[in-house]
Amino acid sequence: MTQRIKFYQTGTLTVGNRLLDEDNRTVQGTVDRSNSLTSGHRACQGCGEALGARYVVDAAMRAAGDRLFAVNATGCLEVFSTPYPESSWQVPWLHSLFGNAPAVATGVRAALRAKGRTDIKVLAQGGDGGTADIGFGCLSGMFERNDDVLYVCYDNEAYMNTGVQRSGSTPPAARTSTTPAAGAAPGNVFGQGKNVPRIAMAHGIPYVATASVADLQDLEAKVTKAMNIDGARYIHVHVPCPLGWGSAPCDTIKLARLAIETGLFPLYEAEYGDVTDVTPIRRRMPVEDYLRPQKRFAHLFRPDLDAEVLAQIQKIADDNIEKLKLLD
Amino acid sequence: MLKQIEGSHAIAETIALCRPEVICAYPITPQTHIVERLSELTRTGDIGNCQYINVESEFAALSVAIGASAAGARAYTATSSQGLLFMTEAVYNAAGLGLPIVMTIGNRAIGAPINIWNDHSDSMALRDAGWIQFYAETNQEAVDLHIQAFRLAERLSVPVMVCVDGFILTHAYERIEVPEPEPVDAYLPAFEPVQVLDPDDPVTIGAMVGPEAFTEVRYLAHHKHLQAIDVIPELSTEFADVFGRQAGGLIRPYRTEDAETVVIGLGSVMGTIKETVDEMRDDGVSIGAVTIVSFRPFPMLALRVALENAKRVIVVEKCFADGLGGIVVGSVRMALRGFSTPIYTVIAGLGGRPITQASLRQTFGDAVADKINDPHFLDLDWAVIDRELARGQDKRRSGPIAENILREMGLVGGKPV
Ligand SMILES: Cc1ncc(C[n+]2csc(CCOP(=O)(O)OP(=O)(O)O)c2C)c(N)n1
Ligand code: SF4
Ligand SMILES: [Mg+2]
Repeated sequence: MTQRIKFYQTGTLTVGNRLLDEDNRTVQGTVDRSNSLTSGHRACQGCGEALGARYVVDAAMRAAGDRLFAVNATGCLEVFSTPYPESSWQVPWLHSLFGNAPAVATGVRAALRAKGRTDIKVLAQGGDGGTADIGFGCLSGMFERNDDVLYVCYDNEAYMNTGVQRSGSTPPAARTSTTPAAGAAPGNVFGQGKNVPRIAMAHGIPYVATASVADLQDLEAKVTKAMNIDGARYIHVHVPCPLGWGSAPCDTIKLARLAIETGLFPLYEAEYGDVTDVTPIRRRMPVEDYLRPQKRFAHLFRPDLDAEVLAQIQKIADDNIEKLKLLD
Repeated sequence: MLKQIEGSHAIAETIALCRPEVICAYPITPQTHIVERLSELTRTGDIGNCQYINVESEFAALSVAIGASAAGARAYTATSSQGLLFMTEAVYNAAGLGLPIVMTIGNRAIGAPINIWNDHSDSMALRDAGWIQFYAETNQEAVDLHIQAFRLAERLSVPVMVCVDGFILTHAYERIEVPEPEPVDAYLPAFEPVQVLDPDDPVTIGAMVGPEAFTEVRYLAHHKHLQAIDVIPELSTEFADVFGRQAGGLIRPYRTEDAETVVIGLGSVMGTIKETVDEMRDDGVSIGAVTIVSFRPFPMLALRVALENAKRVIVVEKCFADGLGGIVVGSVRMALRGFSTPIYTVIAGLGGRPITQASLRQTFGDAVADKINDPHFLDLDWAVIDRELARGQDKRRSGPIAENILREMGLVGGKPV
């Protein structure tokens, strides 16, 4: 297992670094973390993407010995971190377009190789829209060539920066501004969407992992592991978005955890196309517990509980649990 | 070294001499021979440590160049036609970020109807994307312009397109002086970026800019192009000093002294135009020509000076704006504002139609007599047009125009029917 110490033995989910010896503490818990995405940015309160990015980039910086270049796709992370004339980035950072971050990262990598700079690592990051949809061609190209880049997708399940439109990562039944809660089948359509980690695995790249802001130790550990592998690597991080999901900012971690515990967002790692590790579900929760606090699913509960749709979503979770053996 | 060589290969060998560090490309006719040769030269170690990346689209090709350039590498790519349009968003982005990428355009028409042959619709579509645009008249000039392009791009931190007529130049075998490495090294110093990703001095490249400063950022891009107006002739003179031959510059007048009629054009058609000028001069017609080498920045002042005594101007161009007329002519009119000189547009060579000396001679003659429509479509087959227009009037569902015309001509899919 990538993460050296698991915390659930303690019976609490709020366990802190202080219970660990120094070697096992998180990068975020240390005073010498790089603060690559530093304070002062304009993310909403409770933004899962800001939290995830902060952990990812600092962990990557630590693993790279502070010699890291970051490439960013257009999206919330890019917009909230660089409002003119300010920048939250304390790492060399490059933003070109919405759909080309993987190719730009490939170019950065190629430049470093041409110059014989083996000391610098390259990280690329984008939202689910930038990754699953508009940047998908470039991402697949980067994977297929096995370019030496770690690509991190922050999945908040819609195009948040432009006002919560549906993406290829939006879950079924979710209301977005382009899948409104109207008509006979409100919200996003069932049977659509794509599973990018699985598609990444199909490219046979050295490392693919899913991670969540509900388990930041695990996220850091996966980033650290990925940073020590050569070739194309992909981490797909689940990051709740209070604005887009209609959830309370204080519930970001709770919802991310429920997504894991229901089986809707399974945590696993894969190497060269095969799953090598899964994070078992410790306490299985019904999908209803995850869906109910989110306004994007409110139409499933009002005026009447839509048992049929809930059952369909529960089946998706159950299938994940069964396929990945999350309860074993 | 003087070589009997294909234009594309001469360009590729010259690019290699410019020591690019990252080359990325996606194939499209007629650019292919350039990038194929470069892949070979990279494999054989003839371009040092150069990284050659085979990408999945033109959008990725230019995006790779953007990343490479921002990381301080000399980056090169090449494309044509649909490929240039496919990378459009990145074309603007490279200029907006001020990245000195050099890109060859093997000029080709844009579909539909799909057509692989030469005209200037592709690069002209992106004339105002912030890139410098050079148009090569000969393969020798294509070679020479590429060396100047890197120098100019890096001096001003602005991307440069070198436009080379597809097939007419790219696929022509001729005698071309491919430079030796030493003069190229002397002329083109190592790339020293004005902005670069650096772990010891982290900067944010590509930040968001709102109304408070967007105009200023854009003005500074304009300013670079104004600077280029001065730098381009300087670099051309310096090139002549090092290489012993003329190439580049803003414009190139030909027999314009006292010419009453001046023909303006870009690219390889200038050869035919100059021969037509010679022929007409022999017959006592007062005519000359001006080649526009740098279309962006547009040599407003130089052209105005070159044209100030002309009694009429003819602009020959391989592109046009539907419903309006020429594209190049718009800029020429700006250069001549305040003058009452008549300006005629001749749209020629679309989709690879040959531009013959006979047709030019006839058309220039009509223009000299001020008996010409503006715009005039060279060698347009009015019979075909009339039949197709009539068909469209006869019935609503008149079918796809391109196929109708091919049937009419007894050709479908290139085969007689
Ligand atoms: C070519 C292009 N199309 C559309 C946009 C508009 N746009 C900017 S950000 C964005 C949504 C980003 O969504 P995602 O990648 O999921 O990131 P998030 O904002 O959700 O973090 C869109 C549609 C754009 N900038 N460029
Ligand atoms: S809209 Fe969502 S992803 Fe964007 S800053 Fe706000 S919380 Fe974060
Ligand atoms: Mg998103």
